[in-house]
Amino acid sequence: MNRIRKVFENGKAFIGFLTGGDPNIEKSEEFIGKMIDAGCDLVEIGIPFSDPIAEGPVIQAADLRALSAHTTTDDIFKLASRVRSKYADTPLVVMTYLNPVFKYGYERFFENCKKNGIDGIIVPDMPFEEKGELRELAKENGVAVISMIAPTSEERIRAIAEDADENGFLYVVSSMGVTGVRSEIKTDLASIMQAVRAATDIPAAIGFGINTPQQAARMAGLADGVIVGSAIVRLAEQYGEKAGDAIFEYVKSMKDAIR
Amino acid sequence: MSKGRYGIHGGQYVPETLMNELIKLEKAYEFYKQDAEFNKELQTLLNEYAGRPSLLYYAEKMTKDLGGAKIYIKREDLNHTGSHKINNVLGQVLLAKKMGKTRVIAETGAGQHGVATATAAALMGMECEIFMGKEDTDRQALNVYRMELLGAKVHPVLTETQTLKDAVNETMREWTNRVDDTLYVLGSVMGPHPFPMIVRDFQSVISREAKEQILLKEGKLPGAVVACVGGGSNAMGAFYHFIPDEGVKLIGCEAAGHGVHTDKNAATIANGTLGVFHGMKSYFCQNEYGQIAPVYSISAGLDYPGIGPEHAYLHDTGRAQYVPVTDEEAVEAFEYLARTEGIICAIESAHAVAQVKKMAPSMRQDESIIICLSGRGDKDVAAIARYRGVDIHE
Repeated sequence: MNRIRKVFENGKAFIGFLTGGDPNIEKSEEFIGKMIDAGCDLVEIGIPFSDPIAEGPVIQAADLRALSAHTTTDDIFKLASRVRSKYADTPLVVMTYLNPVFKYGYERFFENCKKNGIDGIIVPDMPFEEKGELRELAKENGVAVISMIAPTSEERIRAIAEDADENGFLYVVSSMGVTGVRSEIKTDLASIMQAVRAATDIPAAIGFGINTPQQAARMAGLADGVIVGSAIVRLAEQYGEKAGDAIFEYVKSMKDAIR
Repeated sequence: MSKGRYGIHGGQYVPETLMNELIKLEKAYEFYKQDAEFNKELQTLLNEYAGRPSLLYYAEKMTKDLGGAKIYIKREDLNHTGSHKINNVLGQVLLAKKMGKTRVIAETGAGQHGVATATAAALMGMECEIFMGKEDTDRQALNVYRMELLGAKVHPVLTETQTLKDAVNETMREWTNRVDDTLYVLGSVMGPHPFPMIVRDFQSVISREAKEQILLKEGKLPGAVVACVGGGSNAMGAFYHFIPDEGVKLIGCEAAGHGVHTDKNAATIANGTLGVFHGMKSYFCQNEYGQIAPVYSISAGLDYPGIGPEHAYLHDTGRAQYVPVTDEEAVEAFEYLARTEGIICAIESAHAVAQVKKMAPSMRQDESIIICLSGRGDKDVAAIARYRGVDIHE
């Protein structure tokens, strides 16, 4: 069984995100280590993009910090490789927009994913209709393409779920709008999850807006995992290079809430 | 491969949250496009409200001065709200209303599209919010106030380069927040399908009229049609019905800013490479890692790092040529048209005028050129004064 599917075998998965290179690559390596040590089951590493249209202000600012530090896609591959050498079992998934992948060259990109121990990719501006252009190259290199389901997906849920990569998981977007911490999540996620379950056995994790341990526990009750991004990135913003301990404590509290 | 392709370009590269809405929009458009009542309502709005058909004016003095091809000016600057943008906006806001939407949102660069959208929203009783880069709200302050007078809420966008690209980002983000009652009225032939098609169709009224008008006046097709290109809506509209006429040269003028070899320009065809951004595959100014480049032009409306997918396709096939025009050339043409013909045009449109100044003298006198004069220049007067170092109180 591949690394991604394995984490969903042992209870609810906690999936943490941070933008690679924020504030710099060395610190990202340290922060990812802290996340994994605190119980993070799967790490999403953002490849910074100049115009992240699905992100709220927190991750937008992180992308800008990372790019200001001259972080490149090659740096993210090196980062993944270093993390992989220390943590053999934790799945690593890159999250970025299609343009950095396209421009790098799909073939070269996915070969580098394989070489550097990256297990999956999330591309928020690539709906399933557009997956065709990279699907085969990703598959050849053992990289799972993670599909997203939104509150507006309705009858598309079935098509997306059936088309989804069985080596990955489904990313269920909890709310309308962009990423970012929300005080309340109002979407009828129970119905969405019901439709997902009816269509596939692939594990599903809920993300967007999840911030508190209470929210995490509630979402974990509905799905196989929870995804937290902005709340972690906010700590990197707040504490800069010294964010390691705060990230450790936060991830631990979130993972404990869904155990 | 998904729908909405122009060769390899186009597509629908958007977050899943927007996909159903794009599908609904396409269905609604395909329905109303065929609907007699919709078309009648739109035609009435275009004729009675926007002032169509726009004039095809023979620029006799300019023709004599340049001493070559006869120059005709398609006067989109005379439309209500002062630019071609109203053609598309009346269509899209009417469509939004038919779809049961009560709110429209839009990006704007120079403010022309924002003003047009705010106008149509006021007319049709829709709530309206406009996103505009902070740098553009500063350099086009008058247009911001016009939009507010029309009842729109204007949001200055503070991210990144604070220009048109960032305004598009922010409008897309806002649309993912609220799709139920809201249509994103996209201002150019760009973005995800079906927008490049819808905007082209609504703007194609320009070439439909121009073709009839030139045949009436000259008895034959023009040698060339010239228009400025940012995203490319006025150019697409001006080219569209001439595309099958292979003898008609189609020339798009890109903003070369300080020059195509400097780091201050927005010349996408000259400097861009293939990419995927703002929902479409097309050419973009970007670095080797696919980071979208900050671009520059004196013209806020052309200050965009990409180009509509159908233009990218017309470039690939060689059916249209895209040429760079610098700030300096555009400003000179702006002044030239004012002095020669008594027309103060938008600085965007002045890029097309500059190109015609270059090419007309070497063309035969029995040939004609149509310039699409996409907008009027009131909004630019202060900026041109600043460019020339003239101190005026705004």
